[in-house]
Amino acid sequence: MKDHSLLTVEGLWKSYHGHAVLRGIDLEVRPHEVVCLVGASGSGKSTLLRCVNLLETVDDGAIHLDGRDITDVRVDPDAVRKRMGVVFQAFNLFPHMTVLDNITLAPRKVHGTGRREAEQQALELLERFGLADKAKAYPDRLSGGQQQRVAIIRALAVRPLLMLLDEVTSALDPALVAEVLGVIRELKGSGMTMILTTHEMGFCREIADTVCFLDNGVLLEKAPPEEFFTDPKEPRTRQFLRSVLDARRI
Amino acid sequence: MAVRSTPDASGWVKSARQVERERLLRRRSIRSGSIATVSTLLVVVLLVWGVTASPGWERVRETFFDPEQFVRAFPDVLSGFLLNVKIFLIAEPLVLLVGLSVALVRGLRSPVFFPLRALAVAYTDIFRGVPTILVIYLVGFGLPALGLQGMPTDLATLGVIALTLSYGAYVAEVFRAGIDSVHPSQIAAARSLGLGHGGTMRHVVLPQAVRRVVPPLLNDFVSLQKDTALVATIGPLEALRQAQIHAASTFNYTPYLVGALLFILLTIPLARLTDYLAARSQRRRGQ
Ligand SMILES: Nc1ncnc2c1ncn2[C@@H]1O[C@H](COP(=O)(O)OP(=O)(O)O)[C@@H](O)[C@H]1O
Ligand SMILES: [Mg+2]
Repeated sequence: MKDHSLLTVEGLWKSYHGHAVLRGIDLEVRPHEVVCLVGASGSGKSTLLRCVNLLETVDDGAIHLDGRDITDVRVDPDAVRKRMGVVFQAFNLFPHMTVLDNITLAPRKVHGTGRREAEQQALELLERFGLADKAKAYPDRLSGGQQQRVAIIRALAVRPLLMLLDEVTSALDPALVAEVLGVIRELKGSGMTMILTTHEMGFCREIADTVCFLDNGVLLEKAPPEEFFTDPKEPRTRQFLRSVLDARRI
Repeated sequence: MAVRSTPDASGWVKSARQVERERLLRRRSIRSGSIATVSTLLVVVLLVWGVTASPGWERVRETFFDPEQFVRAFPDVLSGFLLNVKIFLIAEPLVLLVGLSVALVRGLRSPVFFPLRALAVAYTDIFRGVPTILVIYLVGFGLPALGLQGMPTDLATLGVIALTLSYGAYVAEVFRAGIDSVHPSQIAAARSLGLGHGGTMRHVVLPQAVRRVVPPLLNDFVSLQKDTALVATIGPLEALRQAQIHAASTFNYTPYLVGALLFILLTIPLARLTDYLAARSQRRRGQ
C-alpha cells in the first residue's frame, strides 16, 4: 500500500454572496507534514482552514480526511471536528473556566475521558509547555502568549490527527511571539501534522515542509521552503515576497 | 508640624509631599461629607414643610396616617402579605424555568423543531404585549370556566400561573439577549473541539450568558414581587385584598400604607443586591 495522504482537498470552491473566495483548491497533506499557507490578507487562507474544519459548508469539491470524504452530506461534522485541533488568532479561550477546565472540556464531554485521567493528561501537557503553575488561573489573568499556549494545549488535548493554526501569533506583542513559535516547533518535533497560516516568513521557512501560496482564492504555487523563498516560479509569488520584504524594511 | 511615618516592610517612608497630599484629601472628603448632610436635611425639611403646609394635609393625615388604624390593620395585612411572598417564591423559579426553556427553544436551528420554535415566538409576542393585569383576569376567570378535569381552581394558584405566563415572556427575552451577547468566536471554538449544539450551549454559551443577565433578571424579580399584588383583582386574601377589606369597613386608608411599607421592606434588599451586582459586573468589564 502506498504512502497515503492524511488530508486531500480536491477542487474546493467556496463563495460568499456570489463572490468566490476559494476557486478550485487542490492540496495534499501527508502524515507528519507541516504545510504553511501564505498569501495576502483576504486571499482565502482562513476560509480554507474553516472549510477543512467543516465550520463552513463547501460549494463544490471534496475534502478527504484519513481516506474518508468528510464533505459527504451524511457525515456528522461533530465527529470529524473532534479529530482535529484548531487554534485561532484571538485564542478564544472560555473566560468562565480555569485553564485546566478549558483543556479538559473536550476530553471529558466529547471523548468521554474521566475527570481524573483528563486532568492528569492536561497537567502533563501544561508541565511540558511550562504552564503548570497556571492550571487554576482564569484566562484573563494570563498574558497573550500564555493564553495562546493554553489554546494550543487545549487543541492538543484531544490527540488530534491534524492541527489547524490560523495566524496564531498575529494578535501578540512581538515580545510574546517567540514563546508561541517555540510550542509549534516542539509540536513539529513530536511529529504532529499541521496546516498553519502565518505572516512570519522567517518562521514559515524554518518550520514548513511545504509552503503554499494562495492568491485570490487560487493555490498558485506549492514548493519546499528553500525553493519557495529563493527561487519562486510565479511572478505573483515573487511580487508577494518582495512586498513582504519591503514591509519588513520600513 | 511634621508627621513622621515609620518605614513599612519595603522600606518606603512617606515623603512630606505625600503626607501633605493625604492631609488635604482628608480635609476635602470631610468637607464634601458635611455639604451632603446639610443639603439632604434642607431638602427633607422643605419637602415635609411643603406637604404639611398644604390645605388638605389635616384630612390626608387622618385618612392615611392614623396610628390606631395602622396597629389594627397590621396583623391581617401582614398575614395577607405572607401569601404574596408565597406566590412570589413559587412563581420565581417557574418564571426562570419557562423563560430559559423558551429562550433555548428559540435558539434551535433544526427544521424538526419549527413548530416548537413558532410556538415560542407566538408565546413571547402575545404575553409581552398583553398587560399583566389582563393576563391575571383571563387566567383567573377563564381557566376555571373551561371546566377541564384537574384544572386548578385555587385563586392563588391561578395567580401564580398568570404571573408565570406574563413574566416568563419577559425573562425569555432577557435570556435570549444574554445568549446573543456571547461572541460567535466562542461558539466556533467549542464546535471546533467537537462539541455539538447542546454541549456548546450547556458548557460554553449559557454559563457566560447567565452571568451577564443576572442584574436585569433581578430587576424583573423586584417588579414581580410587587406585581403579586395584582393578583388581588381575582380575590385571594393577600396583602392588598386585606387592606381593601379593612379600608372598606373603616373608610380609613392607613391599611394601604401598611401594605406599601411591607412591599418596600421586601423589595429594598433585592434592589440593593441588583445595584451591587450591576456595579460589580461593570467593574469586571472595565478591567
Ligand atoms: N463569513 C464571511 N462572509 C462574507 N465574506 C467573507 C466571510 N469570511 C471571509 N469572507 C471574505 O472572504 C475573503 C477571504 O477571507 P479570509 O479567508 O479570511 O482571508 P485571509 O485569511 O487569507 O486573510 C475576504 O475577502 C473576506 O472578506
Ligand atoms: Mg485570515
